[in-house]
Amino acid sequence: MHLELRPVPDYKWQYLSPLLATMLTLLSGWLLFAWLTDAPGHALYVFFIAGISDAFGLSEWLLKATPMLLCAYGLAICYRASLWNIGAEGQLLMGALVGSAVALEFLDSESSLAIPSVILAGMTGGALWALLAGLLKFRFNTSEILTTIMLNYIAMNLLQWAVYGPLKDPGGFNFPESALFSEATLLPVLWPDTRLHVGFLFTCVVMPLTWLLLAKSFVGFQIQVAGQDPKAAVMAGYPVKRLGYVVLLISGALAGLAGAVEVIGPLGQLVPTVSPGYGYSAIIIALLGRLHPVGITLAGLLVSLLFMGAELSQIEMGLSSAIASLFQGLLLFFFLACDVLIRYRIRFSPGTVTPQPNH
Amino acid sequence: MTTRLALKNITKAYPGCVANDDISFSLNRGEIHALLGENGAGKSTLMNIIYGVVQPDAGELFINDVKVTINSPADARSYGIGMVFQHFTLFDSMTVAENIALALAQKPAEVSSAIEALRTTYELYVEPEKLVGTLSMGEKQRVEIIRCLLQDIQILILDEPTSVLTPQEAEQLFALLNTLSAKGCAVIFISHKLSEVARICHSATILRRGKVSGKITPGQTSLSTLTKLMMGDQSSVTKTECRAASQSFLTVEGLSTRAYPGDDTALKNLCFDVKQGEILGIAGVAGNGQEALLSALSGEINQYQRPAGDIRFNGQSVIAASPVERRSSGMGYVPAERLGRGAVANMSLVSNALLTCYGQGLLRYGFINIQAVQQLTRSIIAKFGVRTPGIEANANQLSGGNLQKFILGRELQQQPRLLIAAHPTWGVDISAQQHIYRDLLTLRDSGCAILIISEDTDELFTLCDRIGALCHGELSPLMAANQVSLDQLGQWMLGEFAHAS
Amino acid sequence: MDLDLLASLLYATFRTGTPILLVALGELICEKSGVLNLGQEGVMLMGAVTGFIVVSQFDSYALGIFTSVLTGIVMAAIFAFITLTLQANQVASGLALAIFGTGLSAFIGTDYQGQSIAGLPSLAVPHLSEISVIGPAFFQHDILVYTSLAATFLLWWNLKYARLGLILKAVGENPDAANALGLPVLKVRYLAVLFGGAMSGLAGAYVSLVYTPLWAENMTAGRGWIAVALVVFASWRISRVLLGAYLFGLASILHLVAQVFGADISPNLLAALPYAATIVVLVILSSNQTRHKLFAPLALAIPWHKSR
Repeated sequence: MHLELRPVPDYKWQYLSPLLATMLTLLSGWLLFAWLTDAPGHALYVFFIAGISDAFGLSEWLLKATPMLLCAYGLAICYRASLWNIGAEGQLLMGALVGSAVALEFLDSESSLAIPSVILAGMTGGALWALLAGLLKFRFNTSEILTTIMLNYIAMNLLQWAVYGPLKDPGGFNFPESALFSEATLLPVLWPDTRLHVGFLFTCVVMPLTWLLLAKSFVGFQIQVAGQDPKAAVMAGYPVKRLGYVVLLISGALAGLAGAVEVIGPLGQLVPTVSPGYGYSAIIIALLGRLHPVGITLAGLLVSLLFMGAELSQIEMGLSSAIASLFQGLLLFFFLACDVLIRYRIRFSPGTVTPQPNH
Repeated sequence: MTTRLALKNITKAYPGCVANDDISFSLNRGEIHALLGENGAGKSTLMNIIYGVVQPDAGELFINDVKVTINSPADARSYGIGMVFQHFTLFDSMTVAENIALALAQKPAEVSSAIEALRTTYELYVEPEKLVGTLSMGEKQRVEIIRCLLQDIQILILDEPTSVLTPQEAEQLFALLNTLSAKGCAVIFISHKLSEVARICHSATILRRGKVSGKITPGQTSLSTLTKLMMGDQSSVTKTECRAASQSFLTVEGLSTRAYPGDDTALKNLCFDVKQGEILGIAGVAGNGQEALLSALSGEINQYQRPAGDIRFNGQSVIAASPVERRSSGMGYVPAERLGRGAVANMSLVSNALLTCYGQGLLRYGFINIQAVQQLTRSIIAKFGVRTPGIEANANQLSGGNLQKFILGRELQQQPRLLIAAHPTWGVDISAQQHIYRDLLTLRDSGCAILIISEDTDELFTLCDRIGALCHGELSPLMAANQVSLDQLGQWMLGEFAHAS
Repeated sequence: MDLDLLASLLYATFRTGTPILLVALGELICEKSGVLNLGQEGVMLMGAVTGFIVVSQFDSYALGIFTSVLTGIVMAAIFAFITLTLQANQVASGLALAIFGTGLSAFIGTDYQGQSIAGLPSLAVPHLSEISVIGPAFFQHDILVYTSLAATFLLWWNLKYARLGLILKAVGENPDAANALGLPVLKVRYLAVLFGGAMSGLAGAYVSLVYTPLWAENMTAGRGWIAVALVVFASWRISRVLLGAYLFGLASILHLVAQVFGADISPNLLAALPYAATIVVLVILSSNQTRHKLFAPLALAIPWHKSR
């Protein structure tokens, strides 16, 4: 078996490779369950279908997808600009932290400004955290991959510090969590008798906006030129650094929004476990969705399903919920591996490699 | 005389083209044999066959009259064949000795003493302890040749060896080749420059479209016959008369920069102007400040630093203006790198048209008017004879010549009053080159001011009205092209400006 | 500051710096060959959990360490296959490796979460360990600390004086030219990546068997990432990697120092210090671009295939 370069890239594999990767992940899941349990078919059913077989399950599915999708749309814009922002997790946590700090100011208030204030604060927190990485990159040439990772750990520690310190609920028996937010700060429920709140609507707005920016606007075009070929962007006179800042601000604000929506949505207070790695999952979602808003939406729903399946299989089969990130890692691996089919075809017979004429 | 190397009926086909069709030639001991042909004539394929990089479909190879099969470059080396590629296989972060030691599987210290030994035999020397990254192109080429000689080779293949050299460095190379030849080493000299072939080669084989179109003795064949053998019957742009133009459009006064990323040479107090309706050519070996000059003129440099001095378009200072503002005051720009600066490799021609033409009414409220961009792309393709599978083809699917025609066309579409072009025909085939020359001359005659920065002195003499050279960031005097000799220009390229009359 | 405290600070600095040093040495070799493996955090965690499980099952540290190293190699092999054979993007594949390793280690370590073991005993160097201050600071460590120092020296010597160093440099700077000279580019890169994995596996073993002899999800706490950053800010030089690893070690035990001096700073804020320090050092060292350019392997993170 060997790889043979296709004369022209086969672009239909751009669409087929995520599907193939999903199939391979399911197959690995089946093998894993076959090893761990007696009834792999049932386990797969529990994992992927049982969770969303009723209305409540569906609502939980969308609810879980919301923060990851918000982060992923922003990351897609970053990655189109070749800015490897790994920091959605930290930006989300800062959004949650700053949003909560503001929400706690409205504890005894019924102001209609409460929700907008919290959301704005969360977006600002996330955006500033991303801006920090931007400053380090554009002022000091520091690799954004490494700084955003470090900023994730710092944000995590800041959050810990806040829930153990200044934002701790005074009447909370010393538990590391904030006071419960007031009714006026909580996002209204969208679907009665479920937890799905209006935060979900943000994804419905952000998705088409992201598409419009990337596919139709000149700014989006400039962003992508700067990402693919910075020298061409400079030659054409595009403000490369300013575009970089804009991109980071957008993606940071969206991650911050995700954090704020989590604390005033399903959580209702600030807890140390705001995010079970949503920001990291968003990276996988963005890549798997090929940095396209529609693809991301599908990928986000898939990953959200993995989270739900892991929770359910923990309850029903006693499996570790870490299986969610195991599957996500596998999914991304398979996806990256399948992408080779865009440019190469697999030949099973030993054949001669034809090199391209070299004039 | 013994035959070092003989090729008999070599044929090599790739899907869609026959690169080598029934080619035969032979090479004697001590012979310098030229292999002539334009880009795509099959020279590289033939050399790759001799050097074992690819295997022929049919035909036979003989070395010292013994039939051989060469399966790999290592095989070729064991038969005494050495090759110096156009792109050197050297590592900048290592010393000369380390580079050679790596290829020969010896210790750097042993290599150093071997280099010293060559110094006396061939008068060929590069300090073994120097970092290769700090060497000039000529010195790097010498390292490659030393590496071949240390492997005890009998046949040396040089692929376009003078394309990166100054005329003076080329002279040194020719002297070295004569020494090698006198000592019995055979040389295959690949080139498309007829004059140098006529000077040093004993014999020549001319390739055209994969076939041998002639075998001649240089010096006994006229240039026009050679041209015909290489290119077939094509009219070519011959040297144009110099014109005295009137008012200057671009004026540069006391331009100085600090070192610039990608080209560590700083500009020192440059003063020149380009008049409307003239072409000014600036020669020079890469790395002498060309990058800095181009980016200072295009405005790209303002991303990093503000140069000292003044640049004026039509009397208006633009030293502080961004590339966008300079474009809107009439500047067009064809950068040296086609892919990776002039055009985005993985984007369609439509996107690449939008890249710099966005000021031509292609935007509505910040959104792209895709129909208008497609229309514009089609008209560029039609007007400038760009051969492409379609407007949605990616830039990297086009041949160098066609992409260059597209980029030039895109800039001309904006009706520039000043065009800055770097190496406009570097690596393009002859028909595209002629096309580009004609486009540039037409543009000049319409009254545009044109500045060409190039390493190709033939190109500059063909196109330019006035010529100068850049060396170590300083500009030579500028003189009418018909009053400058090649030798004079070569002196300037080496930084000897005092010789100007 | 009294001398005992100084001795124990130095001792703790070595211990904290060692896992970083191990990962960074492996990553340095990997990057020298032109491959950027960002997934060392995941590899480390896998090394930590497998070593821990083997030790708690079979009570053999040698077997545990061996398992960790082997796990590291297997993890790196997955990465190598995807990036070198299938030519996937190295940044994305590295992230996938980190996420996969984190998830898989948590998954297979579920039953061991929070358990602890005795920990690898230390080896006092005869005579030397009895010298005051210097003895307890430098000569009462475990075998892995000494191993890491030996590895540092060996790699330094090889890179500087051996043909191996030249080959690695050549492959990382210009794979096309290296290929033209007949060097086996992909093989060299494969071996470099596997070596990096082995070192990260060993570092994982150090964390779960020596440093804190227990297993907890995510227990490496970003050390794999810091090590990757360390390679960049050491500008790919072994001596600086060594120095940087111990500086990081010092930064992460600063909370101990703070306690000694009675400073009242939240432990959560102090825990953020190593990460902040990493950023600060990165900033200081990367603002000088020419230096960076001189030492970075030119072909870093660029996929290469022979048929190109």
